[in-house]
Amino acid sequence: MKIPKLSTVLFYILALFVALPFLFPLVWIALASFKNQAQIVAVPPMWIFEPTLDNYRKVFLEQEFGRFFLNSAIIAVGSTVLSLVLGLPAAYTISRYRQTTLGVLILLARLMPGISYLIPWFILFSKLHMVDTYSALIASHMLVGMPLIVWIMVNYFDGLPRELEEAAQVDGCTLQQTFMRVVLPLSGPGIITASTLSFLFSWNNFMFALVLSADNTKPLPIAIYSFVSYAEVSWGAVMAAAVVIIAPAIVLTMVFQRYVIKGLTMGAVKG
Amino acid sequence: MKSFIEKNVRWLFPLPGALFILAMMVFPVLYTFWVSLTDWSLASGREAHFIGLKNFEVLIMDARFYNALKLTIYFTGLAVGVETVLGVGIAILLNREFRGKNTFKTILLLPMVATPVAIGLCWTLFYEPTVGLANYTLRQFGLPAIKWLADQTTVIPSLALVDIWEWTPMIALIVMAGLAALPAEPFEAAVVDGATSWQVFRHVTLPLLAPTILVAVVLRSIDAFKTFDIIYTMTNGGPGYASETMNIYAYTLGFQYFRFGAASSALVALLALVLGSSLIVLYLRRRWEV
Repeated sequence: MKIPKLSTVLFYILALFVALPFLFPLVWIALASFKNQAQIVAVPPMWIFEPTLDNYRKVFLEQEFGRFFLNSAIIAVGSTVLSLVLGLPAAYTISRYRQTTLGVLILLARLMPGISYLIPWFILFSKLHMVDTYSALIASHMLVGMPLIVWIMVNYFDGLPRELEEAAQVDGCTLQQTFMRVVLPLSGPGIITASTLSFLFSWNNFMFALVLSADNTKPLPIAIYSFVSYAEVSWGAVMAAAVVIIAPAIVLTMVFQRYVIKGLTMGAVKG
Repeated sequence: MKSFIEKNVRWLFPLPGALFILAMMVFPVLYTFWVSLTDWSLASGREAHFIGLKNFEVLIMDARFYNALKLTIYFTGLAVGVETVLGVGIAILLNREFRGKNTFKTILLLPMVATPVAIGLCWTLFYEPTVGLANYTLRQFGLPAIKWLADQTTVIPSLALVDIWEWTPMIALIVMAGLAALPAEPFEAAVVDGATSWQVFRHVTLPLLAPTILVAVVLRSIDAFKTFDIIYTMTNGGPGYASETMNIYAYTLGFQYFRFGAASSALVALLALVLGSSLIVLYLRRRWEV
């Protein structure tokens, strides 16, 4: 067996030392979700304890987190799918025909503070009697998802070789046919990156639902927030709710790690 | 009809998306401009009347507006400053191949993708003065306890720390990607010329990385400036107005006081700030050919 060099050992200790602060709070939350109130607030913190499922019972049985989970999923999937439907063709022609004005408009949508839409949306959707409907929430989340998808896909399409498309067009394919039969089948990695991020941003979004949702469509971030609005905070239940919200985001990120990194760092590194 | 479609198909492709953006973004923003010129208030049941720039006159006299502006800049500067130093440091320290590098990157991703509201609530418990982890840690090191979110002087740094935990990884990952894309020749040349590792870092790595770091800082600043979720859940602007950033200020005017006119004027100011600084950055980016 090869004995690792001292510098290698030191390097791993260093890497561990860097990673730990980022991991620790999440581990602590996960552990706390299995503790009772007394164990959570125990000083010094308890690392060994008898786990209880009471908090999860509270979250799913006394509160309706099953339903809130479903609401979040409907909104996140709905807004991502519709954003893809609108965003992919737009990204394609922006990339191929240099439609700069549109590109700038989309970039603007990415920069805009979300809060600046709240008042007009609230008034608009109130007048249409659409407050607390999935349609209103999906539409609002699409304003985050679609620009993100266009941004990522324009970059992706820019990097695709054009020979195949040109060949298809020489063979008499229309733009629609080229797009559907040649370009989309080649776009798997880009679409995975774009839709994963769009899903995550919608899943985590709090501000839009704060104004546009009520009892029927309440998603998870609003549900967990309303826990602490009550006078007495049951920290165990808050931690369990946090695990319920965070876990899907983390699982998705682990599955698509490469794509998520690509999407989040895109645009900053040339090439 | 058919040939019309054939001819204009390149414009029909992005049309639905463009219409959507018009309806959901451009129209609401224009509407906000209009409302900012009215005295519309749901709280006092007042209908919208055109009052010109009155709201803006009130806004620039409002101490809370300057307080919010100052706090937003303080929060953004503090958070992004620390994130940049830590993020670049982490990327450079770990700039080599090692087993488990992918796991390491995944760990870095987790704070970024974890739902901010949930994270904010959990940090609220960490910051709890008597039973919280934060003061426990301080006491272990023999340091005096702090009131964290409950003290006007420490509330912004405490909130910034959460942002730093969430977003340092973003800068680290961007810089890692940037390092991986750097050409090898300048480094080889520097080593041949006998440069020390500090000299290589200072005179080769840093200048080559500067554009990447700049873009990372800009992206991060725009987002930090817009931070809402963690501040709203952890302090809602308090204690007093000590953490009332621009976002929280505008939200409070709009959805706690329901003074739509006044809130809209604050939003127009916020919009001008965000877009103004973004345009400056885009201009700089083009000039430096990043």
